[in-house]
Amino acid sequence: MINATLKQLSQQLTAGQVSAVELATAYLDRIDALNPALNVFITVDREKTLAEALAADARRAAGQAGLLTGVPIAHKDIFCQQGWKTSCGSKMLDNFISPYNAHVIEQCQAAGLVTLGRANMDEFAMGSSNENSFYGAVKNPWDVHAIPGGSSGGSAAAVAARLAPVATATDTGGSIRQPASHCGVTGIKPTYGVVSRFGMVAYASSLDQGGVMAQTAEDCALMLNVMAGFDERDSTSLERTREDYTRDLAQPLAGLRVGLPREYFADGLAGDVGRIIDNAVAELKKLGAEVVEVSLPNTQLSIPAYYVIAPAEASANLSRFDGVRYGHRADEYKDLVEMYEKSRAEGFGSEVKRRIMVGTYVLSHGYYDAYYIKAQKIRRLIANDFAAAFAGCDVILGPVAPTAAFNLGEKSGDPVQMYLSDIYTLSVNLAGLPAMSVPAGFADNGRPVGLQIIGNYFGEAKMLNVAHQFQQVTDWHSKAPAL
Amino acid sequence: MSLTHQDVARIARLSRIAVTDAEIEAVGSQLNNILGLIEQMQAVNTDGIEPMAHPQDVSLRLREDAVTEPNRRDACQAVAPQVEKGLFLVPKVIE
Repeated sequence: MINATLKQLSQQLTAGQVSAVELATAYLDRIDALNPALNVFITVDREKTLAEALAADARRAAGQAGLLTGVPIAHKDIFCQQGWKTSCGSKMLDNFISPYNAHVIEQCQAAGLVTLGRANMDEFAMGSSNENSFYGAVKNPWDVHAIPGGSSGGSAAAVAARLAPVATATDTGGSIRQPASHCGVTGIKPTYGVVSRFGMVAYASSLDQGGVMAQTAEDCALMLNVMAGFDERDSTSLERTREDYTRDLAQPLAGLRVGLPREYFADGLAGDVGRIIDNAVAELKKLGAEVVEVSLPNTQLSIPAYYVIAPAEASANLSRFDGVRYGHRADEYKDLVEMYEKSRAEGFGSEVKRRIMVGTYVLSHGYYDAYYIKAQKIRRLIANDFAAAFAGCDVILGPVAPTAAFNLGEKSGDPVQMYLSDIYTLSVNLAGLPAMSVPAGFADNGRPVGLQIIGNYFGEAKMLNVAHQFQQVTDWHSKAPAL
Repeated sequence: MSLTHQDVARIARLSRIAVTDAEIEAVGSQLNNILGLIEQMQAVNTDGIEPMAHPQDVSLRLREDAVTEPNRRDACQAVAPQVEKGLFLVPKVIE
């Protein structure tokens, strides 16, 4: 049961082979056993979970169950959930019990999904290793010495360790795809604007996008059907006709044009990761895909552009943490300004402070044009690169990260080294495109490696089709670590 | 270009984050490393390129000027550090 996909759990619940309470109990017991070693969950609340499960069973008994009613889910601790601590991985919000629900949480509750707990993450979603969490780093279930990736490291590790069949996540610069790759699970970041950001603690608002991780592409499609949709409370939520993201899963791939950006296979890509991606491309060729070379010439510039735009937006967004309306307040202060300065110095971790200060600097008088406007112009160049590439292909494939998961502590002392590892994921967020990570093999050190699939705007169904067909002929996605 | 101690102190003050004298050296050196990385942008010619603020280049929606939220003051203030009679308390601002 613990290895079952969302689809299988849905079938078992519908057939009455298992109840929501039995399912929730089985996962909670496994969390109790494994969470002390893996540090995947910040908050687990058996009573609340079982109450949700009981309600799901009652709903089923009343004949009002949906496809996913009673299926357990882990939520990244960034989505506000009423009555649950929503810490965002920060001491700043360690005492914050959310008084309201994010749109994503509302959608999950309407579907009858049962909350298993709140997944660990890099503080305010800033990080690529999960080492920036106030609650300590998540351990990679495949190797406890490895990072799980970040920022949605808890979500990825939860699915990999089979502590949850599915987990919500967010992606601002790779925070769904990179941990999904490092933990060997399937993750999707939709087109910017598809999933509402209402109630999702803001990091960089023009880049942040909610998404999901599960074992399979099919499960991701089922979840996207739940999570996507217009919400007027998010000013960037897109008004579009509802889609069924499962509609194209079974389509054959014959004639699919797959673009390989030469910049994603250049110096800096580890040999073992490159071979895994080559093998994955070869599998898709066997399924009838045609390979074309494309170019994304400004890829290298995505790093400086992102590390201007994201900190700039973060410095503005995180100004709301002032110790007045919610969050941490210092014990002693002599005036208002000292209260702000001490509360924020105590409440934020070092990476968050760094990004706020970088953002403050690049937005400050005299530097705005040289940094922020310049970065937005480069952002346009990067989006134009993708538009040109998609003129000749249907999806773009490449690695998610230059190497498999590195060791805990390996890069934590050097922010710039950490930033450089985001090279293959940042461009997608700058352009606002959808992308996935799909398990594609194991590196020489035994750690999982994901294949990145990048789609054109609103190309989620196409990407999911490619991922699903790949998963019909490979079994990387069904491998689980021995725990 | 490299940030001086005074620059770092100014940025910290603008950010409303207390940085002690003991921390300022390390913070400054990390900020300088990051700014060095960012500096790569300056080598690129972006003349005539329109800045891109938002992925879909759509303008933000307007809505009717109507009350849409119920009054949930007590629930919202339950998470506040200090409240009294429905008001958020802060240190005295005006003497």
